[in-house]
Amino acid sequence: MEWEIVIGLEIHTQLATNSKIFSGASTAYGAAPNTQACAVDLGLPGVLPVLNREAVRMAAKFGLAVGARVSPRSVFARKNYFYPDLPKGYQISQFELPVVEGGQLEIQVEGEAARMIGITRAHLEEDAGKSLHEDFHGSTGVDLNRAGTPLLEIVSEPEMRSAKEAVAYMKKIHSLVQYLEICDGNMQEGSFRCDANVSIRPKGQEALGTRSELKNLNSFRFVERAINFEVERQIDVIEGGGEVVQETRLYDSDKDETRSMRSKEEAFDYRYFPDPDLLPLELDEAYIEAVRKTLPELPDEKKARFISELGLAEYEAGVLTASRELADYFEVAARVAGDDAKRTANWVMGDLLGALNKEGKEITESPVTAEMLGAMLQRINDNTISGKIAKQVFDCMWNGEGDADAVIEQKGLKQVTDSGAIEKIIDEIMANNPQQLEQYRAGKDKLFGFFVGQVMQATQGKANPAQVNALLKQKLA
Amino acid sequence: MHTKTITQLSAALRSGEVSSVELTSLFLDRIKRHNPALNCFITVTEAEALKAAAAADRRLKAGDVAPLTGVPIAHKDIFCTQGVKTTCASKMLDNFIAPYESTCTAKFAEAGAVMLGKTNMDEFAMGSSNETSYYGAVKNPWDLARVPGGSSGGSVSAVAARLAPAATGTDTGGSIRQPAALCGLTGLKPTYGRVSRFGMIAFASSLDQAGPITYSAEDAALLMNVMAGFDEHDSTSVEREVPDYTAGLDNGIEGLRIGLPKEYFDEGLDDSVARVIDAAVKQYEALGAVVREISLPNTGLAVPTYYVVAPAECSSNLSRFDGVRFGYRCDDPQDLFDLYTRSRGEGFGAEVKRRIMIGAYVLSAGYYDAYYLQAQKIRRLISDDFRAAFESVDVIMGPTSPSTAFRLGEKSDDPVTMYLSDIYTIAVNMAGLPAASIPAGFVDGLPVGLQLIGNYFEESHLLNVAHKYQQATDWHLQMPKEF
Repeated sequence: MEWEIVIGLEIHTQLATNSKIFSGASTAYGAAPNTQACAVDLGLPGVLPVLNREAVRMAAKFGLAVGARVSPRSVFARKNYFYPDLPKGYQISQFELPVVEGGQLEIQVEGEAARMIGITRAHLEEDAGKSLHEDFHGSTGVDLNRAGTPLLEIVSEPEMRSAKEAVAYMKKIHSLVQYLEICDGNMQEGSFRCDANVSIRPKGQEALGTRSELKNLNSFRFVERAINFEVERQIDVIEGGGEVVQETRLYDSDKDETRSMRSKEEAFDYRYFPDPDLLPLELDEAYIEAVRKTLPELPDEKKARFISELGLAEYEAGVLTASRELADYFEVAARVAGDDAKRTANWVMGDLLGALNKEGKEITESPVTAEMLGAMLQRINDNTISGKIAKQVFDCMWNGEGDADAVIEQKGLKQVTDSGAIEKIIDEIMANNPQQLEQYRAGKDKLFGFFVGQVMQATQGKANPAQVNALLKQKLA
Repeated sequence: MHTKTITQLSAALRSGEVSSVELTSLFLDRIKRHNPALNCFITVTEAEALKAAAAADRRLKAGDVAPLTGVPIAHKDIFCTQGVKTTCASKMLDNFIAPYESTCTAKFAEAGAVMLGKTNMDEFAMGSSNETSYYGAVKNPWDLARVPGGSSGGSVSAVAARLAPAATGTDTGGSIRQPAALCGLTGLKPTYGRVSRFGMIAFASSLDQAGPITYSAEDAALLMNVMAGFDEHDSTSVEREVPDYTAGLDNGIEGLRIGLPKEYFDEGLDDSVARVIDAAVKQYEALGAVVREISLPNTGLAVPTYYVVAPAECSSNLSRFDGVRFGYRCDDPQDLFDLYTRSRGEGFGAEVKRRIMIGAYVLSAGYYDAYYLQAQKIRRLISDDFRAAFESVDVIMGPTSPSTAFRLGEKSDDPVTMYLSDIYTIAVNMAGLPAASIPAGFVDGLPVGLQLIGNYFEESHLLNVAHKYQQATDWHLQMPKEF
């Protein structure tokens, strides 16, 4: 039997507001436990929520960026359940009427055609606190710093057909929310989390199979591995004559497997109802248009521009627009470098990303700034240095030895373009290598390279290669 | 001095006839003497009160005065008061010292009013007789064998017995008006959103509203001047200018169009109460008002609808009382489930548990549409009834309660009969309208309240209409003899 995989993702993005979604407490990460939880976050008797407008603006921004409908009227609802890290005994979320409805996103898996994935909805909600099971000798600690942190939960249609597509979609959303500056995308700190709904069905069948919901997928790698594991598990169950049950499963990255957390029968009845403490959220046309005006150039638009205006190849443009920081870096470097976007692209994608990868650094942490790289490329363009010498200059800049001009000056790396000086060196080399000269003139053309090498060695690579070639041709003839 | 209205006390304080410390001491003494019989206070804040009174006296000397500066007042124990035990009359919060101040009580403190203490109430404001309090029933000063009404029973008992010249209350389905009626006081439930709910422990968020309990409409206006107003901490409070509620008190009411809903005068109403209400209406006619019968056809649906909506909201609002962060926690919990079930099982009283269970039921999957959603639709119909009525009348009048104060224990075993005692007040909360209860006479020595219902944000007009009646009558100045 040939199976089709059906995947839908629920992505929780933590919105980059300064304060919480319903209180004035700070959302900064890493503070001492319970120091960033005010009376409202603690759910004290009598407190009331007040909606953070910045969180609303960010949600609207996301909606507009994926071509969705930003609802003129959405409603906050209470999701009721008991847990120690949920202070009020309910989470304020949006249920029937979310702030963002319908949208889509183009994804591309390497070597496959691009596909559109539908976005069902995105809704605003508050995060819960954290239960800390270690360090408390059999008890559980509760840290409510995270309680009330604004989240935008982005729910996709079940339209992805492989773990690779799921990862491509997740990466695209990850990039987009950072482009929009609504989420810092930090997966270690939990700012960007993902649950996956996975099912399989015989190829060609319309009806969806029974799904399981995978939790705890906090890296791109885990998403791919968890889905692949789950798909295999479901195929084994069905082909072994069993039935997949609807349940929530937890991914264990150490064992690389998913295991059952709770079944449908054990599922909570959340008793959703509209939160009477909050008025319906009403956004008029003027507001939505004002938000639309603040949208930055989005990844797909940027990619198209890099191709059409800067002459980059599809692949290059794709790599360089994968994150806003990288695209910004590239654009600044290319502008400072002068006209040669293609060369800048090669340098950013080659030497720069290589060096960053090697040291596990983000583009924002690069010791060579975009301005520095651009200025160095400019020195290639104006023939101050050769491309080969530039690699040496780049390494020096990486190691903190100053900008390109300083390195060139300090190390005397300026290219020799004085033809008189080069001719003098050529003459000397010809005189010192009579045997090779004779062989070359006898027709052993391959020896031309030998002479180039000699000249470059004598000038420590600083001679202009084109000039060296031309002069050698002349002299050796 | 203890029989004076706020208006009179305010003048006496300003003229120097009495100091706030003297006045405060007087009421503290009266509380000491009479509270054991009435049980109207849960907490008396004697030291804090005397300190606040001394501060008020300094303000009075300096001429930095507001009308309530130096005036003692009691607050229902539903308002969080920083550093002071705030219990909502529940075992659940018997150990709870509020770490912050409610907007409403903060405004009184700013105005220089002196808090005498926190008054008893039905547990979490759920009740109509003040018999559900963890701290025991409150007695009606007019007859100690009878209930004062609820849920603001402690506040009305204290004011009626002159243990405080005024008090705050809250009204979710009649909890200011019904006890005010049963104890012969003036009580006002403002328009929903007029007074901040921040720091007021929620029962049913879409219905709860704080208001004044006083002798007279004039006093209520003074309290409203302090309480009313938008609060950025309460998203449901309304951003709308606050009038001077005392300004229009003396306006004439000639030509006032009074509507009497025929549904409020049907067989459920005690005949003797009906006669008192008729007489009050006649008095208004004598003052120049025009009376006509109107219909609020969905009146009969108000109580059943309320007992879906209010429990639904309370079941969620009271989830935070889980024994984890504050309040009552059971001894020696075995695990998380045990901690939750025993803390809540032991910490809440029977009526609270009954409403939480009703609420959880009507919100649960499969029942939500049939109960909660249906109730919301009826709620709109009830509002529409009032909207239509106010197209032809200015004020709606009728009884506040179908009978006078009943005996302690009389209805406590029969929740439905108890729930029906709020039959005339509940619809007003469902619609979010302002309404007052004012003393209109007596039956067998027990007070009867006349209910006045106004259009949205017409508290000024309601107080004006009440004040004109109180100018012509003296029911509001009657006092229970033993106090």
